[in-house]
Amino acid sequence: MGVELLIVILIVFMLAAAVIALEADDLLSSVIAVGAAGFALSVIDLLVGAPDLAITQVVVEVIMLVLLIRAVLKRRDEAAAISSDLLRTGLCLLACGVLLAVVFFALGGLAGDDAPDGTIPPFGEPVLANGKRAAVPPGVSKQYLEQTVSETGAVNAVTAILLDFRAYDTLGEATVIFVSVLGAYALLRRVGRRKEGLSP
Amino acid sequence: MGIAIYMLAFALLVVGIYGVIAKRNVIKIILGILIIDYAVNMLLVLVGYRRDGVAPILSEGQDAKAWAATSVDPLPQAMVLTSIVIGLGLTALMVAMAIRLYQKYGTFDMNEIRKLKG
Repeated sequence: MGVELLIVILIVFMLAAAVIALEADDLLSSVIAVGAAGFALSVIDLLVGAPDLAITQVVVEVIMLVLLIRAVLKRRDEAAAISSDLLRTGLCLLACGVLLAVVFFALGGLAGDDAPDGTIPPFGEPVLANGKRAAVPPGVSKQYLEQTVSETGAVNAVTAILLDFRAYDTLGEATVIFVSVLGAYALLRRVGRRKEGLSP
Repeated sequence: MGIAIYMLAFALLVVGIYGVIAKRNVIKIILGILIIDYAVNMLLVLVGYRRDGVAPILSEGQDAKAWAATSVDPLPQAMVLTSIVIGLGLTALMVAMAIRLYQKYGTFDMNEIRKLKG
């Protein structure tokens, strides 16, 4: 119960930070609010037993904040001048409310934790535990957990999955990172670019 | 309590979608995409949580069988680890695009940029 209450408090904090980030007039405040949400997420990762994720989230968050602050630091006064369309905002809020209601009833709604099979498993009972929901097969995670030590010799199941059981996924991830860095470099380079009339 | 946690995670996702659709500032749109990223990652990790579960790391002297019966689900964590790092690459590319847009058009306002064209 204690952990669940802490998670609820942290998610509410993230929600507040997200709303502040989207509605603040100063771009620097927005970026810092999103950073606060990211650090709250890393604390949530710690609480639900994912220390690897918490460490990665902190590192990624710091780099992300540096990039975003670099983008907004000299252009801070922009946001106040850009007002959003009222009709569009209203319609969007309506659509978001409908979406939330649909998700609520799809998750089992007022029936509480007795959601039908085939939806997200109830909180605290992952697919690999298959406690009350005997109809759902335990999935592949159970085998990963039982075979981690004997098959790979690693003691950390997450790194065993990343680098042994699903190493090709990690290769794909490295490819995506390489391509995105290449793209960012191509967009920002100074050398070899033709003169532009419009640029200040 | 369980459904409340899931609903809050979905609410965060919806706030991000709102930012992407309703805002005209390029930086605000990027922040909306980042919030969606956080929400989805968090939801996947929460789905793999086992009540009173331990981290999927075997301590010294611990029995492997007993550990496998109490550990949280490691598979969503491994996939989310990949997703977090890809999110960083995504941010780098989006920020580079925003900086170039500002250099070329002198504004972050999407409507202005659309009007100015070439």
